[in-house]
Amino acid sequence: MCENCTTFRKGLFAHRLLIETGVDGLYGRSGVFEDVIQRFDNLITSFGGGDGADVVRFPPGMNRALFEKSGYLKSFPNLAGTIHAFNGNDKAHADLLEKLFAGEDWTEGQEATDIVLAPAACYPLYPTVAQLGPLPEGGRLYDLQSYCFRREPSQDPARQQFFRMREYVRIGSPEEVTEFRQTWLDRGRELIGKLGVPFDVDVANDPFFGRAGRMLANNQRDQRLKFELLVPIESVEKPTACLSFNYHQDHFGTLWGISQHNGETAHTACVGFGMERVALALFKHHGFEVDKWPSPVRKALWG
Amino acid sequence: MKVIIRKLIEQHGRLPVAIATLSDDQDLYATGLTSFAAVQLMLGLEEAFDVEFPERMLNRKSFASIDAIASCIAEIAPQKAVA
Repeated sequence: MCENCTTFRKGLFAHRLLIETGVDGLYGRSGVFEDVIQRFDNLITSFGGGDGADVVRFPPGMNRALFEKSGYLKSFPNLAGTIHAFNGNDKAHADLLEKLFAGEDWTEGQEATDIVLAPAACYPLYPTVAQLGPLPEGGRLYDLQSYCFRREPSQDPARQQFFRMREYVRIGSPEEVTEFRQTWLDRGRELIGKLGVPFDVDVANDPFFGRAGRMLANNQRDQRLKFELLVPIESVEKPTACLSFNYHQDHFGTLWGISQHNGETAHTACVGFGMERVALALFKHHGFEVDKWPSPVRKALWG
Repeated sequence: MKVIIRKLIEQHGRLPVAIATLSDDQDLYATGLTSFAAVQLMLGLEEAFDVEFPERMLNRKSFASIDAIASCIAEIAPQKAVA
């Protein structure tokens, strides 16, 4: 573990920007931290708000049956979080309490509910779009934000298990969605440029699981389907992905049966903003006291 | 060996065309092989030929055609190539 990340995390706790819970990657947020998130959210809207996106907000859980169909477990079984609950009678309740007080594993009787935690803001969206029937001419555009969950405990404050993701999702023809992604690659650079943090944009891959995942990752890179805007937070050598720009080709269109107005399978692309990561990048590079941040940065966020 | 490869493509490739119509050097991705189907094909090949593709072969190019697959297998398991 790096010395610096411990220092940075300790600093965030010491300044009460993040609040420890005893679990790595699960933190409370202070009013100051939330204000930075809110201002950054507004900054995103100042770039994308004029595009006429449908605003949709889902809670951080999704229908388990739809999650199973989404294919997430094929690629990221290790990151998924499922919600289980007690579903027993009085006897089972007594057993549970007995185990609990004896310090034994009491979770055995927990049963899977019909809800799983959303791994990305856009996962609950696609099936609802499919229900609307074929896309209108020109496709559709959505504005999403939700807390997301990924099971990857870490002492790196930029790798949290519960975090917020803002997204714009474009659904349409290959031309429409690749143009959308290019627009946001340009906007992303301009937007983060206003925040005065060092960054780089590079081809990337998702952390697909296992050897099959190695191949999916290589395919994704070969085809340049994913780009990330990276900011050094923990280390210069391994900068943190703060924005990602993804072209899914017809993957979700085929999976969910979303067709274009002409009957062809829809293509999709999204831009995702890691809200906490951008806030942390700001605290890392400009310090823990927002009043002392450089004035162009303060102007970009607070006007 | 190519007979087995064709059989596995038929089984795992989910291609919209008949396997018999494919030439050995035809681009499987252009024919409709998806990334996920390519992974299934890769795992099927490993089982059928009792091999493990090294990291450097886990990419699009290695599974892009029947010829490409055959040359990968010939390289990592020369004794299987004659089968």
